[in-house]
Amino acid sequence: MAAEDSHEDGHHHHEETFISKYVFSLDHKMISKQFLVTGMIMGIIGVSMSLLFRLQLAWPEKEWPIFEALLGKWGVDGVMSPEMYLALVTIHGTIMVFFVLTAGLSGTFSNLLIPLQIGARDMASGFINMLSYWFFFASSVVMIMSLFVESGPASAGWTIYPPLSALPQAMPGSGMGMTLWLVSMSLFIVSSLLGALNYIVTVLNLRTKGMSMTRLPLTIWAFFVTAILGVLSFPVLFSAALLLIFDRSFGTSFYLSDIMVSGELLSNAGGSPILFQHLFWFLGHPEVYIILLPALGITSEVISTNARKPIFGYRAMVGSILAIAFLSFIVWGHHMFITGMNPFLGSVFTFTTLLIAIPSAVKAFNYITTLWKGNLRLTPAMLFSIGLVSTFITGGLTGLILGDSALDINVHDTYFVVAHFHIVMGLSAIFGMFAGVYHWFPKMYGRRMFKGLGYAHFWLTFVCAYGVFFPMHFMGMAGLPRRYYTNTSFPMFDDLADINVLISVFAIVGGIAQLIFLFNFFYSAVRGQKSTRNPWRSNTMEWTTPVEHIHGNWPGEIPEVHRWAYDYSKPGADDDFISQIEPLKEGEVETGH
Amino acid sequence: MANEASIDHKPTALWGGAKQPFGSDYGKLMMWFFLLSDALSFSGFLAAMGMYRFKFEESWPVAENVFTHFPLLHGDWPLLFVALMTFILILSSVTMVMAVDAGHKMNKKGVIIWMALTIVGGFFFLGSQAWEWSHFIHGDKGGVQLENNEVMYLSDSEGEIVTLHELIVGTEKPHGAHAHFTDADLKTAFAANHDVTLRSPGKVHVPMPRAEAERVMEKAHVIQGANLKENEYGNVLFADFFFFVTGFHGFHVFSGVLINIIIFINVIAGTYEKRGHYEMIEKVGLYWHFVDLVWVFVFTFFYLV
Repeated sequence: MAAEDSHEDGHHHHEETFISKYVFSLDHKMISKQFLVTGMIMGIIGVSMSLLFRLQLAWPEKEWPIFEALLGKWGVDGVMSPEMYLALVTIHGTIMVFFVLTAGLSGTFSNLLIPLQIGARDMASGFINMLSYWFFFASSVVMIMSLFVESGPASAGWTIYPPLSALPQAMPGSGMGMTLWLVSMSLFIVSSLLGALNYIVTVLNLRTKGMSMTRLPLTIWAFFVTAILGVLSFPVLFSAALLLIFDRSFGTSFYLSDIMVSGELLSNAGGSPILFQHLFWFLGHPEVYIILLPALGITSEVISTNARKPIFGYRAMVGSILAIAFLSFIVWGHHMFITGMNPFLGSVFTFTTLLIAIPSAVKAFNYITTLWKGNLRLTPAMLFSIGLVSTFITGGLTGLILGDSALDINVHDTYFVVAHFHIVMGLSAIFGMFAGVYHWFPKMYGRRMFKGLGYAHFWLTFVCAYGVFFPMHFMGMAGLPRRYYTNTSFPMFDDLADINVLISVFAIVGGIAQLIFLFNFFYSAVRGQKSTRNPWRSNTMEWTTPVEHIHGNWPGEIPEVHRWAYDYSKPGADDDFISQIEPLKEGEVETGH
Repeated sequence: MANEASIDHKPTALWGGAKQPFGSDYGKLMMWFFLLSDALSFSGFLAAMGMYRFKFEESWPVAENVFTHFPLLHGDWPLLFVALMTFILILSSVTMVMAVDAGHKMNKKGVIIWMALTIVGGFFFLGSQAWEWSHFIHGDKGGVQLENNEVMYLSDSEGEIVTLHELIVGTEKPHGAHAHFTDADLKTAFAANHDVTLRSPGKVHVPMPRAEAERVMEKAHVIQGANLKENEYGNVLFADFFFFVTGFHGFHVFSGVLINIIIFINVIAGTYEKRGHYEMIEKVGLYWHFVDLVWVFVFTFFYLV
């Protein structure tokens, strides 16, 4: 009957053209690939930028012909101009945070896995889903365009604090570059809103029979809560950006007051740049978890599958996701401890911030206890997931220092902060993303990636990542401020020059190591070994669909779900995994919830 | 093909589960979450406004002194016109409810009538807003901008506001007149009227001693009307937020009216009759109620408090 359905719905409406299949596709699996590939391209750009400014930081005196080749008038004679350095740092941050780790990560895996793992034919609205991707695409194009305007791209840092971002005359990048940045982010917010709405209602409304919320895989829980965070926090960034646009273009004073530019007092009065920081970080902090939660969800799935053990503490895992999501909205002040915030308010934010350690620790311990005595299969995906657990703990521990308003004063805006957030959200999220790609590549492309290349990619990335960010803690403790173009003018930092060289060497090697991944990805997509239906012997529903993608995901009726997703190595079972669609045997007790 | 099913057909066809959550389909749920998101945008603006309002209590104008006009009526009618606008908007929410109800009963004619009334209400509100903006921009009483950019009202020694027109021409301003005065006009008239002084626009205000007023008057300017950069009513941020918040809300009303018109045309064309249900009316109804609700907050925080 369902087969008839799909026939009736399908081919007699229209023939699929190249455009409707590969470009303006309504199919969640194709949209997921579009997000992934766009995210990867943005990632290449973002990482390359970091390599450029690492060259500058390690060898400030040296001339690099590559600067002149790539940066043109900002790299005359191979010397990077300070303006370009700031622009690179800004765009690197923006691209990595928003384009790679928000849209690239959520967009790819929410789209791929939500319908497949909950047993739906597609997203609730394929059309809105398509719009979400194309807004993201347009936003990426505008962001890239901003690199080519005459006065240079936005340079006020990825947090675009006014007045640097509010006064077009403040610095070169505050002109056209900043305008394009704001246009790009507005498009991005629309994309993120459309995507998130779709994810939420799909999870709530389109689950297959038997797929209760307490039977959802943790991946879906993570994507679901992430989408809610996005729906609640991005509109506030939108408000902040709109007020900023008015200050820039229409002479209002929301963020501006008593400012002198080249000896002349501007007429703006009354506004406060601190207001922007409040609005920005009300988005900004949940944004950290928008990035991190999907990676944690992926890790839960990958670790449980490859340890051949049920995830430890399923309910605690769900609870900690919800707790982290809730707490993320009441901690934004810890980004602003030194703005002159009332010390009492600071202590409140310290308290709420340190509270996040509890659900985070629950997650970390549950990963470790899931691994404990497991029958580990160290696939590349598993290695990256374990890598995530490592970086999550390392970065989390420094979070305790930064979250304390008294301790923060010493290391605020130093490389200690750079080390902290790169490890805890940058590396963790990118490791989660790699784990996801290695794990679900067979689902996306019907082929497997090369294992050996995967191992090489993991070990090089893992070692280099720590090599880059671990020493930054020491530089931060020594007081080295972040975002400085060069450290040579301060004798007190002369001793740190060698560490800077070490970091840059690791960064360059780590960056080049990503080529292994790119090669592996694109080559395997065409030439990889053909995958079987369930290559990882996994429980979740996506592995019950045919290897060849079809519209509607299941050829016949959507199977019914009878159990949770983590029945691995269940005593008394014939195999070490039991698919969610397998009915309970007679006398079998359902585990999990 | 499923993804088309999600567009063309009733989405419940996709639902294979036992019990649908909230008994509502995905479109309505999506609207709810969108509104949640939009609510946070407005919260951002209102919170920002709140911050400045309390920071500048002395120079933050009192809405009753600003919005005092009513079309075709003379004299001061504080906030009466805004109250009328609010009433009309709420009334249009009621007609929307009636349209949804008529939709439940598959009463096409009823939906048409009530939707039409809702659209009229929306236009009425937008027109009123345009009228109010225009009055705000042209100004009314006139202010005095001191050397330090602070804006003051002319007042008698009791703190009662004296308009520029009253001071300079000596009579109450005729309805709809927009006389422009120069700094010299102001200074001559001020020198001649010894019982006039200056006061700050805030809720708590004390008239300046005449001697001090005479001193600051030397370097003062006439300021008439309001825009994003200056504001005769007091703190310029008040004008900034007035245009911004009511503008953002007005944009929502405007898009709401457009959406309502599209749906209205669909109703007439019989689209929902053919579909077998009028759920679309419910969805746009949700949006419309939300826009009203937001206005209630704007009205409270901007005009009343």
